[in-house]
Amino acid sequence: MLGESLTVRDLTICATPPGGEERTIVDSIDFSLTPGEVLALIGESGSGKTTIALAMLGYARSGCRIAGGSVQLGETDILSLNATQTRALRGHRVAYIAQSAAAAFNPSRTLMEQVTEGALIHGVMSRQAAREKAVSLFHDLALPEPDRIGDRYPHQVSGGQLQRVMAAMALITDPALVILDEPTTALDVTTQIDVLRAFKQVMRERGTTAIYVSHDLAVVAQMADQVLVLQNGETQEQNATARILEQPSHDYTRSLLAAARPHAQLSPSAGERGEELLRIDDLQVGYGSRHRDGRPENVVLEHINLQLAKGQAMGIIGESGSGKSTLARAVAGLVAPSQGAIQFDRRELSTTLRGRTREQFRRVQMVFQSADNALNPAHTVRRLLDRPLQTYFDLDRSARKARVEELMDRVRLPRTLLDRKPGELSGGQKQRVNLARALAAEPDLILCDEVTSALDTVVGAAILELLAELRRELGVTYLFISHDISTVRALCDDVMVLYHGECVEAGRCDAVLTAPKHDYTRKLIGSVPELRQGWLESRPLSRAEATA
Amino acid sequence: MVRGTRLPISVPAKRNKQALKLTRWIGLGLFGSWVLIALFGPLLAPYPMGAFVSDTIYGGASAAHWLGTDYMGRDMLSRILTGARYTVGLAVAAALLSSLVGAGFGMLAVLLPRWLEECVRRVFDTLISIPSKMMALVMVSAFGTSIPLLIVAAVLSYAPGAFRIAHSLATNLATLEYVQVAKTRGEGRFYIAAFEIMPNMIQSILTDMGMRFVFIVLLLSGMSFLGLGVQPPAADLGSLVRENIGGLSQGALAVIAPALAIGTLTIGANLLIDSLSKSRDTQKE
Repeated sequence: MLGESLTVRDLTICATPPGGEERTIVDSIDFSLTPGEVLALIGESGSGKTTIALAMLGYARSGCRIAGGSVQLGETDILSLNATQTRALRGHRVAYIAQSAAAAFNPSRTLMEQVTEGALIHGVMSRQAAREKAVSLFHDLALPEPDRIGDRYPHQVSGGQLQRVMAAMALITDPALVILDEPTTALDVTTQIDVLRAFKQVMRERGTTAIYVSHDLAVVAQMADQVLVLQNGETQEQNATARILEQPSHDYTRSLLAAARPHAQLSPSAGERGEELLRIDDLQVGYGSRHRDGRPENVVLEHINLQLAKGQAMGIIGESGSGKSTLARAVAGLVAPSQGAIQFDRRELSTTLRGRTREQFRRVQMVFQSADNALNPAHTVRRLLDRPLQTYFDLDRSARKARVEELMDRVRLPRTLLDRKPGELSGGQKQRVNLARALAAEPDLILCDEVTSALDTVVGAAILELLAELRRELGVTYLFISHDISTVRALCDDVMVLYHGECVEAGRCDAVLTAPKHDYTRKLIGSVPELRQGWLESRPLSRAEATA
Repeated sequence: MVRGTRLPISVPAKRNKQALKLTRWIGLGLFGSWVLIALFGPLLAPYPMGAFVSDTIYGGASAAHWLGTDYMGRDMLSRILTGARYTVGLAVAAALLSSLVGAGFGMLAVLLPRWLEECVRRVFDTLISIPSKMMALVMVSAFGTSIPLLIVAAVLSYAPGAFRIAHSLATNLATLEYVQVAKTRGEGRFYIAAFEIMPNMIQSILTDMGMRFVFIVLLLSGMSFLGLGVQPPAADLGSLVRENIGGLSQGALAVIAPALAIGTLTIGANLLIDSLSKSRDTQKE
């Protein structure tokens, strides 16, 4: 057993925002772990879970201060160490695995150099020994070609592999405590399952004590022995994982659980189909120079056929790189297809923005994934909503003002927010403004590109309900792009599964998702973590791992 | 409660803030006083600019002539107070124009069709490859020196740099989703440039304009020092240095004072720009 016990008492962390008063962001947190136990910190963004995790390294982010309490790892009181001792602790006895492996690796050095770096800095072992240790870790983490993968550079391995290499980097010094900060959040579900399995195995074998930070209860159910539920820096509930899942005692935990369960069908599927609104025939999109036959060098999407009736909602699912966003962008006119045609309301839709009429611009609206980037930070909410009204409708100032207020009511935002800028809104509020702006145009078709992906589960569920309500009341049509099967199931009538730019399966949502015909669809659906313990172990090994 | 405070917690923000405030006030003081002198200097001058008021040439500081007298016995303080107007005024006008031209084209170029964007970029690349002083000298020898010509020369030399900076900022901003939203709304190029892109880069453009101001002061002073800038009887700070260069061997105040004036103006502007852009960075965090 390499893990050591961890006791945290009365941990309090304060933050001073620029030009503001100091306030407490983590308030008297207590927990203790026996060697080899895994604790999950769960909560929404801003609940202080990463801040607590970083305090285990004796670290507070710029502008924050550990105001009190103690962190006892084995015999060491981490918070009373001086600078030199803390440096010896970090990356040696306590290791950290970050959310984005791509950002954590230096692109100009090989993986092996970076994995062994920690061991060499702390002088724990010789270069040769560190290399051998790294190779054996690569092996345990089920990485392909464990003997040679260390010679590659970060961009030469996939995201899931890189995340596992980062785990090797953390584990090379045999740390007593490992902090995993949302290590699989940025991964596709099909990759996530392999990474989770690899993590779980190496941690079990080594008996590492670990803290797992996540917002995803289903993932936590697979990984953790204990769960600590946080809200606004305060403990809401702390218990064994099984108890949290089955008998949550706190309201907040229950709301988290409700949001994490597969959503109920939110929109009644229309009995008969309306008129055809959008039709895509044999669409091909690519980039790079064209070959002689007109085929681009890199094809992102190919052979896409799709019919969407008025008032219908179609989900497009697939993992990153499957071309699902490109499909929405092609419909919006942002990328020109190299082949195929798009018809909107029985009229040919020009492939470029230049060829479209104002009426077509108005009737097709796109809502982007990240409201942070989709709302201009320099404009107020009022201005953001007012502009489409100015562009599309002949309204005078007072009519526009009334309409803006009506839109705010429609997306359930208080009118007092109208004069704020996007930077002063929360993530959920921003996404509502983003939706309201699309609604301002009174569109027929809304292209939703991962609109709930960047949001916390509870907030995301609320946005999803709003989408369903808008559809019922306004009769808008959705092309709903998502990597999250449960949101698609909740909102859509039809679904199309994309894999490497081609449609592998399409049809009624309930039919495709309950009885998938294609292997890939089956794998995709089977990889979504379920909210019960033991799910991970019950999944069959993927083919890549079985052969490895 | 005390235990936590022994940790190596980084709180550099506060210390920097003190230093920032100081440089800002020094910069503001120096630059602001030069702007005031440019505006009201002639009213404050004790003697008319061209009046021969003393029999001593290269006279030292005295109660009657605080900054001594020049090579023809004119009051140096009056000459600086009056001449600053040319240096500051010309440089401000030229800096404003070069930023306007550079940033305007920089933003629009992003939204133009690819081939047109390339053409605009090549034109500015050509201009940027000509040394600024050489360009100014050629223009002066071709058309003769005049104040409008000096401004045109400065703009031609410094607008390409502003274009480069604005263009690279705008290229990044143009890929952001709110610009794409505006495109799918059917907005025109000018709206996107002026209302979607510009407000998010105006701070950097202003910082850049401050830097261009400093370069232009130096260019114009250099031109005047060579005798090709502002012509007598008018005199800017650069011409004041040149006129009195004969006094250099005696360490005359008449040559040191205008040189110091150029120094304090540019250093003041630099400090101010520095503190402004730094405080913006800390705000962002």
